[in-house]
Amino acid sequence: MMIDPLTLSIFVPLFGAILTFVFPRVATVSALLAVLGTCGAVFVLALKILAAGEVLVPLGGWAPPLGITLRADGLSVAMLAMTALVGLLVSLGALESLRDLRQRQYFWPLWLLLLTGMNGVYLSTDLFNLYVMIEVIALGAVGLTVLSGTREAVRAGLEYMYASILGALLFLMGVGFIYLQIGRLDFAGLIAAEASGATSAALALMVVGLLLKTALFPLHFWLPAAHANATAPASALLSGLVVKAALYIFLRLSTYMPLPDETLVTLIGALGAGAVLWGGVQALRTERLKLLVAWSTVVQIGLIFIAFARAGQAGLTESWKAAAVLILAHGMAKAAMFLAAGRIKDEVGHDRIADLDKSEIRPTLAQFTFAIAAISLIGLPPSLGFIGKWSLMEGAMAAGYWHWVAVTMIGTLMSVAYFSRVFAGFLRFDRMRGELSEHKGWALADVAPLTLAAAAISLGLMAAPILSFIELGYPFGAAP
Amino acid sequence: MTETPFLPLFILLTSLLASPILFALPESAARLRTGINLGVAALKVALVAWLGWKVSQGVIYDVSFTMLPGLEFKLQADPLAILFISLSAILWLITTVYSVGYLERGPHRARFFGFFSLCVAATVGIAMAGNLFTFLIFYELLTLATYPLVIHRGTAEALRAGRIYLIYTLAGGLVLLLGTLALWVLAGTTDFSPGGVLDQVVTENRLAAQMLFVVLVGAVGVKAALVPFHAWLPIAMVAPAPVSALLHAVAVVKAGAFGIMRVVYEVFGIETAQALGMTAPLAAMAAITILYGSLKAITQDDIKKRLAYSTVSQVSYITLGVALASPIAAIGALAHLIHQGLMKITMFMAAGNLAEGLGVKKVSQMDGVGRAMPGTMLAFSTAALAMIGLPPLAGFVSKWYLAQGGLDAGAGWVIALLLGSSLLNALYFLPMLHRAWFRDGKEQDGDAPAKQRIGWMLAAPPITTALMVLAVGGFANAPFSPLEWTRFVVAIEYQE
Repeated sequence: MMIDPLTLSIFVPLFGAILTFVFPRVATVSALLAVLGTCGAVFVLALKILAAGEVLVPLGGWAPPLGITLRADGLSVAMLAMTALVGLLVSLGALESLRDLRQRQYFWPLWLLLLTGMNGVYLSTDLFNLYVMIEVIALGAVGLTVLSGTREAVRAGLEYMYASILGALLFLMGVGFIYLQIGRLDFAGLIAAEASGATSAALALMVVGLLLKTALFPLHFWLPAAHANATAPASALLSGLVVKAALYIFLRLSTYMPLPDETLVTLIGALGAGAVLWGGVQALRTERLKLLVAWSTVVQIGLIFIAFARAGQAGLTESWKAAAVLILAHGMAKAAMFLAAGRIKDEVGHDRIADLDKSEIRPTLAQFTFAIAAISLIGLPPSLGFIGKWSLMEGAMAAGYWHWVAVTMIGTLMSVAYFSRVFAGFLRFDRMRGELSEHKGWALADVAPLTLAAAAISLGLMAAPILSFIELGYPFGAAP
Repeated sequence: MTETPFLPLFILLTSLLASPILFALPESAARLRTGINLGVAALKVALVAWLGWKVSQGVIYDVSFTMLPGLEFKLQADPLAILFISLSAILWLITTVYSVGYLERGPHRARFFGFFSLCVAATVGIAMAGNLFTFLIFYELLTLATYPLVIHRGTAEALRAGRIYLIYTLAGGLVLLLGTLALWVLAGTTDFSPGGVLDQVVTENRLAAQMLFVVLVGAVGVKAALVPFHAWLPIAMVAPAPVSALLHAVAVVKAGAFGIMRVVYEVFGIETAQALGMTAPLAAMAAITILYGSLKAITQDDIKKRLAYSTVSQVSYITLGVALASPIAAIGALAHLIHQGLMKITMFMAAGNLAEGLGVKKVSQMDGVGRAMPGTMLAFSTAALAMIGLPPLAGFVSKWYLAQGGLDAGAGWVIALLLGSSLLNALYFLPMLHRAWFRDGKEQDGDAPAKQRIGWMLAAPPITTALMVLAVGGFANAPFSPLEWTRFVVAIEYQE
């Protein structure tokens, strides 16, 4: 009973986390094995989904509402697969970049805890379980934020922790209201329940909590500092994966408890537009490379919410696909970009954008990776980011919502502007004080981000199979 | 008759796959890099020749796979595509030789040739794109591949130029994305098809179709350097000479002009575009660009800038020929796509040689350069005279057909425009020739840069292309000349 891939994809990383914490000497090996094991479980699960559409596993044999059921469909497996792929490559990239013993000792258990929580979110079918999982994630994520031990990182980590706790509390209050109101917390129960003023209030609490956790403008205040000051692998995980958990719950929740009216959908989109514009302005102004990358996350989160709202309430049954594609694309591209930015910072010795071109050392491969990841984030063809942006604009245009098209286009132009600030630093050569150092050739730590960035680009060519995969099991079409 | 579709794919992949190999080669592996470059370029010319032969026999190639529901990534090898890829394959080979000579000891050669190769792959993709969606993909790839070439020197000036270039072309690309989406939403297809795909939309919503025309033509007009979207082209002159040569003759501006053809002929269809009342404004825009570019060229002292404004003017001949909506003018436009490429690449390579060999970068320094570099200047002079339109050189042939087309379309002003433009061409080219051949060079001062030998890899390419300028004009009616192929294409686009 325990050996099904759903359970495994939660418990393998959990046992890995415990193992790496108790036996730090073998932490690296056991962590890699745990991540590989998770990848294997997700792969088997993907095959099952391809055959069956959806897979349900009642834990301990108890059916809801009494027991807990795990459920996988196309969307959740796509998220699991993205998490596993990004996780594996970030783990490989982390092998070289974790500096001291303390970082190594704590990185692996925290990261595996995080993976447990992420996988748990993607497979849960009831609200309380989701609450537990986002707390598990928060535990791992806050730990990863402060791992570098610098003063800025600790301060940012604290701020992140307060935001995270507040978000979780709001979510928990919402969950409590729901339980008082309808007496059930499983998704099937939510669908069956009648909407009332009280459930709407509960939904509002939960949504605000989730938006705080996913850092949608104007609740993004904690994100840039937290993501920019962590060590590179931690930043990659936080930006590429962690913010997606709350985003995913929001997407799911919007099906089981539909947003009560059109204005709210528009409001969500408007907040997304605010994120795109404000984040873009900040990215144009910031002086640090990693902060720029972090602000780009704020922008991309906003874009995903615009995708969600692109065609209003009536279009939600299709719009989630555009949002999902953008989530997948951002996960890979942003993880690649943070790893590459970390490599650049390590090689050059600083990450001040204005002084990048003064360096005689040019980590060419990391810079190339950064540029490729930027192509997907800007949304240029044929990347997966382009497919997401195409779907967003197509739906908005077909529904006649031209304002979303306009915001997306402005956001794209702004992203070109702020990323080309960085390219100028890579490609200018007349401010160096000495001779250009000889290109050092390949470094193992460059392979992981380059693979991720290449995946973000080339998966765009496979958009049709990806789109039909995430629809398996009707995540948003029919009731489960 | 349909054959296995791999030939167009091979032609695309030759340069696409060469690119990562070239990136990965160490700077010091110069011989291997040159070998790969020339080998792939030669292979591509051979493959294109074979493809052209097959297509002239009536074989239809069609490669496609589904990228999004209902939307395909599609390559096709229609005669119009053959016209453009022949140009790019042949000129790529020649420019590769030239670049190897030009950058022999410079830095960042691995990066340069990697992007150079990618750039040609993008051009080939643009040529063979079977629908607007695929066209868009390669159109953006072309921008991304040319940006590192434009800023190759890595100076502050180069980066400033690069930023302007990137903003113009990516903004154009974004508008093209908007237009492609709108086409997809309105018509439910983005396929290129002679006669157009929009007939139903036009009857239902004429205004939307007109706006779509403005958006699409405006978007590709950025790369075609139509006034007022031309400002990036003269600024992008900071690029190394082979890059300018390629940008002006084959890649970027031609991609724009080619895009205008695809949009007018195969998205709207020439009759529909005419019925929408959109061809006349386009012709007016082209006419303004032709005059404006020539007028600006006269005032430039920098040789490359003068040539750049000349490109702004000359490329709009193509747009003009399309917009006149007459099959005869269309022949002129298509022929000019080839002819202008040959002429302009000759001049840019010659200008590069002057800068390399004599340090001459300005028109005012050109006194007596004809005697110093006779081969290069003979090539330059041939191309300049052809550009002015001296019969029977290449430029004359295109102007002749454009003028005839103007009469055919009942637009007599075209004759006046062409005469005026030729006069302006003469005004900015003849003084250069006069200085080069009929004035004595100043005595070399001690501090003047000494004359350097430039080597055959720089000397031969412009002479080769100059001979081609002579050939395409002199043998314009021979089978398989660009002009003959052009007639074949026009018969298809006008569905005769």
